[in-house]
Amino acid sequence: MKKEFNIIANLVEKKSKVLDVGCGDGELMKYINENITNDIRGLEISKNNVQKCVAKGLTVIEGDAEKDLKQFPKSSFDYVILSQTLQAFLDPENVISELLRVGKKAIVTIPNFGYWKVRIHLLFRGTMPITKDLPNEWYNTPNLHMCTIKDFVNYCNKKNIKINSKNLSYKNLFSQLGIFVIEK
Amino acid sequence: MNDIKKVKKLIIDKPLKLDCGQTISNFPLAYETYGKLNDKKDNAILAFHALTGDQFASGVNPITNKEGWWNYLIGPDKAIDTKKYFVICANVIGGCMGSYGPSNINPKTNKNFGTEFPVLTINDMVNAQYHLLEFFKIEKLFSVLGGSMGGMQVLQFVSNFPNKSETAIPIACTHSHSAQNIALNELGRQSIMADHNWANGFYEENNKTPAKGLAVARMAAHITYLSKKGLQEKFGRKLQERDDLKFGFDADFQIESYLRHQGSVFVDRFDANSYLYITRAMDYFDLSKQFDGNLSKAFEKTNTKFFIISFTSDWLYPTSENREIVIALNSIGKDVGFVEITSDKGHDSFLLNVPDFLNTIKNFLNTSYNKKNEKRI
Repeated sequence: MKKEFNIIANLVEKKSKVLDVGCGDGELMKYINENITNDIRGLEISKNNVQKCVAKGLTVIEGDAEKDLKQFPKSSFDYVILSQTLQAFLDPENVISELLRVGKKAIVTIPNFGYWKVRIHLLFRGTMPITKDLPNEWYNTPNLHMCTIKDFVNYCNKKNIKINSKNLSYKNLFSQLGIFVIEK
Repeated sequence: MNDIKKVKKLIIDKPLKLDCGQTISNFPLAYETYGKLNDKKDNAILAFHALTGDQFASGVNPITNKEGWWNYLIGPDKAIDTKKYFVICANVIGGCMGSYGPSNINPKTNKNFGTEFPVLTINDMVNAQYHLLEFFKIEKLFSVLGGSMGGMQVLQFVSNFPNKSETAIPIACTHSHSAQNIALNELGRQSIMADHNWANGFYEENNKTPAKGLAVARMAAHITYLSKKGLQEKFGRKLQERDDLKFGFDADFQIESYLRHQGSVFVDRFDANSYLYITRAMDYFDLSKQFDGNLSKAFEKTNTKFFIISFTSDWLYPTSENREIVIALNSIGKDVGFVEITSDKGHDSFLLNVPDFLNTIKNFLNTSYNKKNEKRI
């Protein structure tokens, strides 16, 4: 399992109610389901991935986070997880506000565009950076709204969203991935 | 038709008040079971059939000698494994496979009921079938499931009996029958009624049946169960056992011949009046209206775990209508999964060998069953 998933799973309290938005093939959900809480379900847009979740025996709702989060009532989950898909939405600002409405807490991960290798790639090669977490070319990337850890923290501060921002400059340079717990 | 007298029947002696205001009692409910009810009585699944189905969901139907309508899904080692689960399926009241319906004898006239049979609703059908739980002394079903009209019965069942099933799988259905679907049903009914032999519903007295009208009703309905793409791929403009057009009205095209065949085999197994009564019950189905237009209220009291399934090419009960049920459940925080299965086979997909569909049900049921037993430990 990805290291990222391990960190996310450890942020979730036992026996809590969880929604994994953009749950993909269900790998993270399966781990949480088996080890942390079995009150977990996923929302996933890809039919192929939905079938993979079903095959794992997970509860999944086929749907689009940008449209379908609104059907859930306020604070209906203890945690809403959004793993590495924020930058792929048409309207990430709306998705963040929906996550914080539906979940008491949201766990959000983003690929960090401020990571030193990304910066060096752009600085010296002068082309769009390609790394392990950003594997696509500019013309076929699903990522529409790339940001850095610092950008995301600044956004949350501006919107009065609670977020841990210790050692920000250091993390912004040396982390490939930002993992945050945010709440209103 | 004498064989129908031999099917298993539960005689329901308790009076059942119907939505139309009449009360029926001492009426038969024909049913079949597959697998064994375990000692804990926690492995029972109630399957609801669609418009033209019956209680013979699995194996071979002893009356028609054809495969049961859900033989792909239900049976030993199948998606619903009858070595593990106990499946009950009943013929709906209004039907013609042994349950109380318009071809039964009206005690007042000593003749067949015909159109003097009371108009039924999905609610009436479900309330009649609830007696099966008492008969088998099942405190709580493990699951209720059904497609199309069967799915409507699932929704009504959970709404009427919120704590009587662990899980529920409504498939390719709706919570409120649409204008388009009412229109299509009306087309079928008018076709039957336009057949001279129908005789206002009292055809059995004349020993005649409105076979032509019923066949046309079936042909029209059958088209709605398929998809344009599916039809095009299967039939296209292929000709029926001829090299060229015959410039007449015989079945030149394979699709014509296919539909005629569907119509003619249907009339051998189905009663025209039952077709009228059951389509009427579907048209009257509007679960949200029963709850002042708020569908969520229908499920407020339930803890049943739902899994809803629709099909991409189903234009009769499209994904959007199935999704409305998902939204109603999510909006009150109920446990619900939802999948739209990719299939070119139209509304009929739920009756066919569509592996993603069969696997979805298998995985959902088996995981839910294991979870339920874990909880107990």
